[in-house]
Amino acid sequence: MLGAAKAVPAAAMATMDANQRMIETTTVLEARGIGKTVKSGDRDLVILRDIDLAVTQGDAVAVIGASGSGKSTLLAILAGLDQPSTGQVRIDGADLSALDEDARAELRGRAVGFVFQSFQLLPALTALENVMLPLEIAGDPAAEDAARAMLERVGLAERLQHYPKHLSGGEQQRVALARAFVVRPKLLLADEPTGSLDAESGAGVIQLIFDLNRESGTTLVMVTHDESLAQRCKRIVRLAAGRIVA
Amino acid sequence: MERSPSTSARLRLALRMLARDWRAGELRVLAAALVVAVASVTSVAFFADRVSQALVRDAHQLLGADLVMVSDHAWDPVMRKAIVEHGLRDAEAWNFISMVRAGDAQQAQGEGPRNQLAGVKAVSAGYPLRGRLRTAPKPGAPDAPAAEGPARGTVWIEERLVSALGAPVGTRVRVGRSTFTVAAVLTLEPERSASFFNIAPRLMMNLDDVAATGLIQPGSRVRYYLYAAGARPALAEFEAWAKKRLGRGQRIDTLEDGRPRVRESIDRAQRFLGLTALLAAVLAGVAVALGTRRFVERHLDGCAVMRCLGAGQGQLLALYATEFTLLGLAACALGSALGFAAQGVIAGTLADLLRAELPPPTLWPALRGFLVGMVLLLGFALPPLVQLKNVPALRVMRREAGAPKVSAAASYALGLGLLAILLVWQAGDVELGLTIVGGFAGAVLLYALIAWGALGLLSSGAIARRLGARSPALRYGLANLRRHTRANAVQVASLALGLTAVLLLSFTRNDLVDAWRRAAPPDAPNRFVLGIQPDQLEAVKAFFAEQGIAVPDLYPMVRGRLTAVNGVAVDGKDYAGERAKRLVERAFNLSYAQTLPSHNQLAAGRWWPRGQGVPRELSVEEGIARTLGWKLGDALTFSVGSDSFTARITSLRRLRWDSMKVNFFVMAPPQLLSNYAASFVTAFHLAEGREVAMNALAAQFPNLTVVDVGAAVRQAQAVIDQLITAVQFVFLFALGAGVLVLYSALVATEDERRREAALMRVVGASRRHVTGSQRVEFLAMGVLAGALATAGAAALGQLLARRVFELDLPPSAMLLVVGPLAGLALLSLNAWLSSRKVLRASPALTLREET
Ligand SMILES: Nc1ncnc2c1ncn2[C@@H]1O[C@H](COP(=O)(O)OP(=O)(O)O)[C@@H](O)[C@H]1O
Ligand SMILES: [Mg+2]
Repeated sequence: MLGAAKAVPAAAMATMDANQRMIETTTVLEARGIGKTVKSGDRDLVILRDIDLAVTQGDAVAVIGASGSGKSTLLAILAGLDQPSTGQVRIDGADLSALDEDARAELRGRAVGFVFQSFQLLPALTALENVMLPLEIAGDPAAEDAARAMLERVGLAERLQHYPKHLSGGEQQRVALARAFVVRPKLLLADEPTGSLDAESGAGVIQLIFDLNRESGTTLVMVTHDESLAQRCKRIVRLAAGRIVA
Repeated sequence: MERSPSTSARLRLALRMLARDWRAGELRVLAAALVVAVASVTSVAFFADRVSQALVRDAHQLLGADLVMVSDHAWDPVMRKAIVEHGLRDAEAWNFISMVRAGDAQQAQGEGPRNQLAGVKAVSAGYPLRGRLRTAPKPGAPDAPAAEGPARGTVWIEERLVSALGAPVGTRVRVGRSTFTVAAVLTLEPERSASFFNIAPRLMMNLDDVAATGLIQPGSRVRYYLYAAGARPALAEFEAWAKKRLGRGQRIDTLEDGRPRVRESIDRAQRFLGLTALLAAVLAGVAVALGTRRFVERHLDGCAVMRCLGAGQGQLLALYATEFTLLGLAACALGSALGFAAQGVIAGTLADLLRAELPPPTLWPALRGFLVGMVLLLGFALPPLVQLKNVPALRVMRREAGAPKVSAAASYALGLGLLAILLVWQAGDVELGLTIVGGFAGAVLLYALIAWGALGLLSSGAIARRLGARSPALRYGLANLRRHTRANAVQVASLALGLTAVLLLSFTRNDLVDAWRRAAPPDAPNRFVLGIQPDQLEAVKAFFAEQGIAVPDLYPMVRGRLTAVNGVAVDGKDYAGERAKRLVERAFNLSYAQTLPSHNQLAAGRWWPRGQGVPRELSVEEGIARTLGWKLGDALTFSVGSDSFTARITSLRRLRWDSMKVNFFVMAPPQLLSNYAASFVTAFHLAEGREVAMNALAAQFPNLTVVDVGAAVRQAQAVIDQLITAVQFVFLFALGAGVLVLYSALVATEDERRREAALMRVVGASRRHVTGSQRVEFLAMGVLAGALATAGAAALGQLLARRVFELDLPPSAMLLVVGPLAGLALLSLNAWLSSRKVLRASPALTLREET
């Protein structure tokens, strides 16, 4: 094996494949029996019911459903931003309900990247500073170099010192992508990443998401109501009225 | 990856966040408020520090000794001996007023002898025990300290006397029956207090020469001084020994209670300055609170994002606390530097009042500045900042997840509490400090309550329906008012507060200053004439008429001693405080009149009615009544010569001593006093260049004493002018803080309004509709804020005039017009600005920016 790997480049590829297959067997995200009920006036409103989901390393899962079907709520629960009424979420083997808020934040910072429909860039920070932010929070002294490289990777080398309000929607979302990937997360959660974009820049952003996902072996969970976009993912989870229907 | 960042990494991040927020302009108002507060507090503190250093340095010099004993009759020689026996150094001086004549040399020039009243001080060997006399060889020449007082046969005279007599050094002057050589020009003596009778130019002579002048006769008005200096225990022992042996009209001054008037006026100046500085600090606190609120609102989203990106609650709190602390330290440093520069201006303005060279300030006041700055920052910024850490990360997905609501009262209780401690400390007076904090908090609360009530009423169902029927803009505007009642009430209250400060500091301040200046006008009396006998009245009046001087009012004066109050015999020991003791032990100058003197005011009770028998009534000056604990209805017994009378206090009068008019503590109806031997006294204004008239007066009526208080008047005016300038200078800080409060209040609701306007336009409202409805809202708020501020400024002005300046301030018509207009103008400006911003931006953009 070792000799072959040295001799032939094709053998090296094979080794990588073998590695990947080995990793594929680890479950990065696991949700079991998730339910969400909120009080609305004096009635209980059921938003999610009995959701089971397991996503393995390197997987790409699309969550699709009509508006109001509970996609964003599910994503928030998977990210540990919101607490489920019932059930359990594990990220990278850690049970979210067993962690306190700060430990969940720490886990998010280390293992989870986010992309939102509304970008959620900090308006007072330049593109570069927005991308540096998660590394700075983690106390990484090399934040700037990493952020610079990441912005170059998403094609914004010329836009480092621009503020979000001076960037187009597509550019802003690419900054958000750079910010999500700069920490090399195991899991990327995206909530309608193209929802605020026109078709052309939306397509560009989607291409970038899949490219980065492949390059860094990230696991992707993407909420969308775009059927064609969902088709590009390995798995599709359909949500209707708070239940998985397919 | 290392997940828990090191302290230095955290500090670096906080610094970077500070730079980023600064760049975004979110911290500027906040920093400006801190700088203003610290600069204003430190400027006064630096100045006070220099003054107190100088006072400690000069304290002994001011008194001329460690202990001074004063008597209105000659001291028993035992007393002076006792000083020596206690191991202390001793000296003696006699003070009296006498006419001094230029000697023979001047007569040769054919001008006739020149006279001048002088305050004579005859000093023994060894005087002064502390400090030094300074003399110069001629007026204006550099002076040098003198080892001893004047030698026998010589006198030292003040520059004023040199020119008045035309008697330079080397010439001779006559004092009483003796002739002396002028040996030097006296430039500085200790205990140079601006007390009334010291104002006559000084002539200093040797005590051993006094007898030969023949000036000291039984009944002459002489003050006898004994001085002691030495080690503290011996002093204390002697003081205790001497106290028991003091008779009527005798007292001991020590450093603690013998504070000269100069010190008093500096004290007063410092109190004004200190309070003004605090006003700036309190206002700055409001600006800091408003600025932080805005900062927090604008950072809610960012914080939610940062929590998504892995920031823990503690980390966020530490980040912002560090960021603000760094900002605070920088602002405090800048403020202290500014304060240091400003104290130079204050000291320069008050140079004449201070007279002495001030030592350079220490750095302690800067520490005080830092403390004030950090208290303001932590007290008013930290509570809202704590909210930031509680922002749920979920807010990034559901905006409604919002921010946890914290009650304003709870979050500002810390700030107010700290501020109260600070004020108590700075004012050195618990009651004063608490009054300011309480008054301030009360005013804000009152403003907010009135605003809330008025806005609620205006937009309430019935009124809104009636008004709203007229136009849709009006209807929507009123609906807005109702929806925002709480936020608007806060905005109106803070606007009104800022405006109150600005109005108070611009209009009311000018009125106050004018009223203060008017109290001592340039034509205030500058000469007092004492000792006019009843049979000279007509002749003196005729003299004035001849000289073309308006004949002044002549007031009768009867000297009496207070012997009993409500039948209880008076004893100085029963009175607390040196002033009270001195007042009751001294002979009172009683006067009588049928009507209230025009420059007096009735403060309580009633003036006696015209002629019906002998009314046993007295009218007493308010201040002395307070000092001595007299009330309306109290019966006072006075002895006049061998006789005595008792009468009840039926009125209290208010008067201004610095008006330089003739005033009396106690007045009686003519029927009660006209039988006693009275002399008359008057005060008038002698125009510049008419001094010759006084020589004629002295020649025609040799028994009269003419006192030149012109110098005292000029000094009083100079002091007042300097005080005004210095206080106004510090007012600038408060004004700056007031403007910052106004600005912060104006922008407080800007973001919210922008979002709403965008929403309205999305649902199809026209630009005109949006601006129209906002205009209605702003108009109502502007009128309200203007009215509240006007009322507040007027009320505060009155309070200040009465309590602090002891003046009557007529309500200012200008304020009543400008106040409400200013409120309207401000809110119109706000409406215009915000509508411009809101309407320029496309609704989609605004909404996307915001959500
Ligand atoms: N905290 C909440 N309180 C009340 N209703 C909620 C809450 N969270 C979500 N909902 C409701 O649940 C439904 C699902 O919301 P969401 O997850 O945002 O749907 P989607 O993202 O699929 O459009 C919606 O009708 C929404 O209004
Ligand atoms: Mg959604």
